Amino acid sequence: MNVEVRPQAAPAAMTKMAIADCDTHPVLPHLSHLDRFLPQRWRDYIATYGMSQRQGHQNGVNPYPKAQPNAARRDSWPPGGAPGTDLDFMRQQYFDPLNVHFAVINPLTPSGEGFANPYLSAAMCRATNEWQAHDLVGKEPRFRASICIPYEDTEAAVAEIERCAGRPEFCQVLILGRTGEPLGAKRYRRIFAAAVAAGLPVSIHAFGYSGTPVTPAGWPSFYIEEMTGHAQAAQAQVSSMVVEGLFEDHPSLKVLMVEAGFAWLPPLAWRLDRNWRILKQETPHLRLSPSEYIHRNIWLTTQPMEEPEPREHLLDTIGWIGWDRLLFATDYPHWDFDDPSQALPMHVDAKNRERFFIGNAREVYGFK
Amino acid sequence: MNVQVRTQTAAGTAASKLGIADIDLHLGPPNWEAVYPFLAKRWIDHIATFGMSHRTGLNNGGPNYAKAQPAAARRDAWPPSGKPPGTDLDFIRSQHLDPYNVEFGTINTPTPSQSFMNPGLGTAICSALNDYAVEFLAKPEPRLKASITVNYEDAEGAVAEIRRWAGSPHIGHVYLLSRTAEPLGTPRYRPIFRAAAEAGIPVAMHAFGFGGNPNTSGGWASFYIEDMLAHAHSMQSQLISLIVEGVFEELPNLKFVMVEGGFGWVPSLGWRLDKHWKTLRSETPHLRMAPSEYIKRNVWLTTQPMEEPGNPKHLEDLIAWIGLDRLMFASDYPHWDFDDPMTSLPIRFNAEDSRKFYRGNAAAVYGR
Repeated sequence: MNVEVRPQAAPAAMTKMAIADCDTHPVLPHLSHLDRFLPQRWRDYIATYGMSQRQGHQNGVNPYPKAQPNAARRDSWPPGGAPGTDLDFMRQQYFDPLNVHFAVINPLTPSGEGFANPYLSAAMCRATNEWQAHDLVGKEPRFRASICIPYEDTEAAVAEIERCAGRPEFCQVLILGRTGEPLGAKRYRRIFAAAVAAGLPVSIHAFGYSGTPVTPAGWPSFYIEEMTGHAQAAQAQVSSMVVEGLFEDHPSLKVLMVEAGFAWLPPLAWRLDRNWRILKQETPHLRLSPSEYIHRNIWLTTQPMEEPEPREHLLDTIGWIGWDRLLFATDYPHWDFDDPSQALPMHVDAKNRERFFIGNAREVYGFK
Repeated sequence: MNVQVRTQTAAGTAASKLGIADIDLHLGPPNWEAVYPFLAKRWIDHIATFGMSHRTGLNNGGPNYAKAQPAAARRDAWPPSGKPPGTDLDFIRSQHLDPYNVEFGTINTPTPSQSFMNPGLGTAICSALNDYAVEFLAKPEPRLKASITVNYEDAEGAVAEIRRWAGSPHIGHVYLLSRTAEPLGTPRYRPIFRAAAEAGIPVAMHAFGFGGNPNTSGGWASFYIEDMLAHAHSMQSQLISLIVEGVFEELPNLKFVMVEGGFGWVPSLGWRLDKHWKTLRSETPHLRMAPSEYIKRNVWLTTQPMEEPGNPKHLEDLIAWIGLDRLMFASDYPHWDFDDPMTSLPIRFNAEDSRKFYRGNAAAVYGR
């Protein structure tokens, strides 16, 4: 929902419940903030050649114009800056009124993920990670950072995970939802192995730059099609991770699907289970039914939530997925922000509310 | 040229004076069942139930274009035994090895042997084909050397296969196809080249393959003739990638052999690369030499199918730039566009150059 004129006083009611926000997007104020963390070679490179994504479209960045400038809430522009760049303003507008205890940072472009040049991708991811650790978590302890990785270069991605592993600033490994090949493919397996070894969940956030069209039927015309299409990309990734045996290899792996919705998960699992029953000879490495891996290894964040009529259908959907598998997310400061006071469109008992808004995040991330 | 009625004796007597090396022989099992003794039951069952599909955008999943000849073979290459061309060792000896005095021939497993959709199956099939070629071709006939055919889209599996054969006297080169999912210089393939360099085995990249991408950068072509021509373009793309991404800089001793992609394009590509490198070299500071210097240090080419300029002097000019010591003879036996060592060269070499071209260069590359 687009929230543009909410008065700041309204969230007073929320002070009673602490929340964890598993998808927030602080923004690099200016590229020069990475200078401390980026070797001269790559600063020169960016100055001369720029940064291109693996993208079929000519501008190399976003194929569709966003609904709002910077895809941001209109009221999220701090005086004199861009949304998500001003820490004090974020505290006033976001942390304090919403009573956010934990805010998981998912850096977006230009984090280095999805770059056409894999070597620049590795350098930028590393710089982005240090920027998060120093300039965000270092100054605001309610933040938790993501380890951005150049996931199209497995070796470099593993090295970056290992470099950051064990540092308390980092709570997860971040991959974008559109990859060069489906994430279950063997080429990516060691990335997940490294995350498991580091004891970190892997978050798969919508968007990304695969180099291939954003739908299996080619490039659509409208932003709304791209937005809706994230759910299909997430389904393809879940199918691949399940079927190629990623969760069979790594039973303790935690994967979070972020900003792709969740209502598609039950029908996907039903279809996977049905097809698996008759085709299981093709994948003898799977020892459980697909839905069992889904229930064991996958969590989802809520924003943007499907909003069915009648609303009880959402309860049915969550009932199948499990109240312990959904993690609240706002997507702050983006225009389609979910307000915790209004995100759940129906009555939910206190125990499930607590899990939904913070308890599940404590479980998955070990937040204390 | 299509050679269908050459008499064996005429070719044989003339050739007996000069031993030759033939870097592109398409020999292999008569059918898939012949490799089953080397394939795990799991994959035999898989093939029986699900078949074998390739990474290709077109729906038949095999070769995309109807070939000019059945089995793409010379009409006279079908042995009396009733087996397919290139599968009957006695006939191979009497039709090709003996009359042309082939002292050293590398077996390039016929497509479709690589780039399966299913990477586990692809890796298993490559292993089985290698076992077959060693047991039934290279061991009984020491003039023949098997390839280490690798499933290059699965770098880990490919590296294991190279290590399995390192040091074997029955092996010629590591064998790749030229249409890959991504350009071969990208990091995902680097472990394959490292393993080959470490084992001291040349890497041969043969035309064809199934990358999943269209066969031209303008999309899918309509005719077989376009597909044949496009091999020269994919060769160029691969060579550019290997140079620019620094494979040859990292592995100065790597020997890279380009097979069945022609060579007439090499000088102009070297010129264009050098020209762009002079102005854009800050983008690739890891390159310490001009691109053409890597070509001249790390790359060899086989001759069939040879460009045939109207003026033979032009061919001499091309060879002069590339260097006669970088070209190796290849017949493509038993395919329909076979080059006869006696007649395929439209220019005449002196005796010393002739020895290099037909035998000496291969001896230098392969150490045999």
